[in-house]
Amino acid sequence: MPPRLELRNITKSYPGIVANDDISMSIMPGEIHAVLGENGAGKSTLMKIIYGAAQADSGEIYCDGKPIAAHTPATSRALGIEMVYQHFALFESVTVVENIALAVSNTFDLDALARQITELSNRYGMPIDPHRRVHDLSVGERQRVEIVRCLLQAPKLLILDEPTSVLTPQAVVKLFETLRQLASEGCSIVYISHKLDEVQELCDTATVLRNGKVTGTARPKQSTSLELARMMVGAELPEMHVSPSVPSEKPVLEVRGLTAPARDKYGVELKNVSFEVRGGEIVGLAGVSGNGQAELISLLSGERTHGNALSIQIDGRAAAHLNASERRKLGMAFVPEERLGRGAVPPHALWQNAVLTAHRTGLVRNGLVDRKGANSFAAKIIERFKVKANGPQASAQSLSGGNLQKFIVGREIALQPKLFLVAQPTWGVDVGAAAFIRQTLVDLSRSGAAVLVISEELDELFEICDRLLVICQGQVSPPLIRTKTNREEIGLLMTKVDRGNGTNGRGEVAVQD
Amino acid sequence: MAAPVIATVLTLVVGSLLFATLGYDPLVTLQAFFIAPLNSLNGLSEWLLKASPLILIACGLAVGFRANVWNIGAEGQLIVGAIAACGVGLFYPNPESPILLPLMFLAGACGGMAWAAIPAFLRARMNTNEILVTLMLTYIATLLLSWLVHGPWRDPAGFNYPQTALLSAAAMFEPFDYAYRLNASVFITVVAVFLMWLFTDRSFLGYKMSVSGAAPLAARYAGFRESSAVWIGLLAGGAAAGVAGMAEVAGPLGQLSPQISPGYGFAAIIVAFIGRLNAFGIVLGGLLMSLLFLGGEAVQMNLGLSAALTRIFQGILLFFLLAADFFIFYRLRRIPEHA
Repeated sequence: MPPRLELRNITKSYPGIVANDDISMSIMPGEIHAVLGENGAGKSTLMKIIYGAAQADSGEIYCDGKPIAAHTPATSRALGIEMVYQHFALFESVTVVENIALAVSNTFDLDALARQITELSNRYGMPIDPHRRVHDLSVGERQRVEIVRCLLQAPKLLILDEPTSVLTPQAVVKLFETLRQLASEGCSIVYISHKLDEVQELCDTATVLRNGKVTGTARPKQSTSLELARMMVGAELPEMHVSPSVPSEKPVLEVRGLTAPARDKYGVELKNVSFEVRGGEIVGLAGVSGNGQAELISLLSGERTHGNALSIQIDGRAAAHLNASERRKLGMAFVPEERLGRGAVPPHALWQNAVLTAHRTGLVRNGLVDRKGANSFAAKIIERFKVKANGPQASAQSLSGGNLQKFIVGREIALQPKLFLVAQPTWGVDVGAAAFIRQTLVDLSRSGAAVLVISEELDELFEICDRLLVICQGQVSPPLIRTKTNREEIGLLMTKVDRGNGTNGRGEVAVQD
Repeated sequence: MAAPVIATVLTLVVGSLLFATLGYDPLVTLQAFFIAPLNSLNGLSEWLLKASPLILIACGLAVGFRANVWNIGAEGQLIVGAIAACGVGLFYPNPESPILLPLMFLAGACGGMAWAAIPAFLRARMNTNEILVTLMLTYIATLLLSWLVHGPWRDPAGFNYPQTALLSAAAMFEPFDYAYRLNASVFITVVAVFLMWLFTDRSFLGYKMSVSGAAPLAARYAGFRESSAVWIGLLAGGAAAGVAGMAEVAGPLGQLSPQISPGYGFAAIIVAFIGRLNAFGIVLGGLLMSLLFLGGEAVQMNLGLSAALTRIFQGILLFFLLAADFFIFYRLRRIPEHA
């Protein structure tokens, strides 16, 4: 039987960089194949070449033994190759079913398609309401839309770029069941991930890339994580040092009885949220996406203000009525979940994006932007956080997701905040850089800053947090001491049944079990 | 920089074809359109005189456009600026005072800003659409001007013509040479171009505006107020248009009449986009637009081309310019049927 997909000697260069250097691999029907590598190793370029979104300079691609000529995404889809990108390509102002209709069908029988979506999404354990508008969906929910869109095509080869980064442990189990089911039906799967344990659990074979070259192939189920990690980074991984925390006497962030209506009919109402974060400690907020995290973080960051000034206090000062800039003056810094368009301005150069929040560190003089200062500020971040970018002049949108994340985290940490809010700090960031970012967060907190991490990765929260909170349907649990709780307890709190005030009617979407 | 070259070549080819099929010698026509108007000192003077308000207004508008604040009503702001400046010029107690002209300058700027402040307030407070409000206010300004020159401000010694009395010499810019109409107000435009460059390219305020335009969520993330982008964007356009109106009244016109602008306020929108919202580009765009105005008049007078034909030709050039820009940034592709 010919392989479902075979790559022979694929080479692709961009100005100044060889993204893929003589890469060969083959994937059999029904095989789940992992592609491992750090940011900038060339994984995304390779996937784009397979999908036809980019053309290789040299080399051949065979599908079921036949060479693919004149390769475009359209011919890929005709061959049954589907891809779920890491950055979703959804139109935000229209509904789920309309988005999917645009991608998959020639006829616009939306009712029939909506029924199909509901049926398919329920069958694969990722329920989604086809009539919701995409801009109301959390990142996790948007990903379900993308996956369902591909599944509707009954693909022969499915490419998934970092699919589990925003899912709960339970949802990951469900997704893996789905993928295994698909594979047993004969669909081949290319699975890009940084999470070695997932690759070991799911994948039959793995191709490891480093600096655009294949550095090895492995059978993940028979290899140790350490062996795989070494192939990826080419060096020993740094070890985490988490020293015991010494929390400050007074809280730096104090949230008291915060109640806020939903942004819109699909948002989540926050109900009497109270917690505090002290200097010197890291508090984690766990929860399935779409349970009020977006509302809470926008209220904490000042992107949304609140009438009751005392409901949020920063460093003992009423802050709920202040905007983001005024809160930053009190020592707050913030890394949002969305990097492009929120944490950074896509068409602007990195030095301009440095000015976005670092302007108060002396980068503005007499009302004029200090370009030299901003350039060297950006250059320092690029160096310290090993951001793969073409210097401070590179535009934010030219960076891969993980590299832009490193830049934004670096920029915010360089502000030496007293209060650091960070959402999904390591989403899409490779193992080495994720370890570095986590270590930086720990160091920041141990130097006296209060750190609040909002993450859907429980492993990460357990690794670095001192205390854990769980948000579910707009309510925040009492704090749990990290060392005195476990994943099961957190998992239960994440999916608890609504406690008597189930009026919002969105339980089936928010809760997965 | 390929776009303007491609657009020029295409315009010359299509324009020549158009003129030839209608029985005009293309070479003679193009010469009369683009070269003859600039052959004399007077032609050069007229060229700069018309380019000056276009560039000035386009600079002001571009400040707003960069932040996605769409001020389409510069024509109205120009008219109100001209009314305010002329009012000061007519009714200031001492018509010989040396501070009269500076006062008129301030009045023009304030008049334009006041007219732009209405849509700014409505957008910042009530989220109305500034495109509609600025456009509609233009018609109100036109009628206000018409009422003034037909009614209370009509020159009693003007044989019932709908126009105000002439301004005194101290209330006017002195021409460089009385044979030509070009006057010192072009220096205002030169300063405005520099300020616009400084603001958009170097200042922190201009930086905040560009963030608001390119990524509104990032502006909110950084705590830049959306309302200040709206206010600055509209007031900059209003001030520039108001000053342009003042320079018209205190320059070539010398009085108010029902038609004080040949559409500078609208043409400046095109100039801003031809110049890609950038100070240097706007200067080139304004010079081109002004030449199109002059050349259009010249071929009508000298060769007897119809007004419609000259406007078609002007349209062809602008169309190719903006289209060439578009096709440099985007590519057309056939999508296979089965996709």
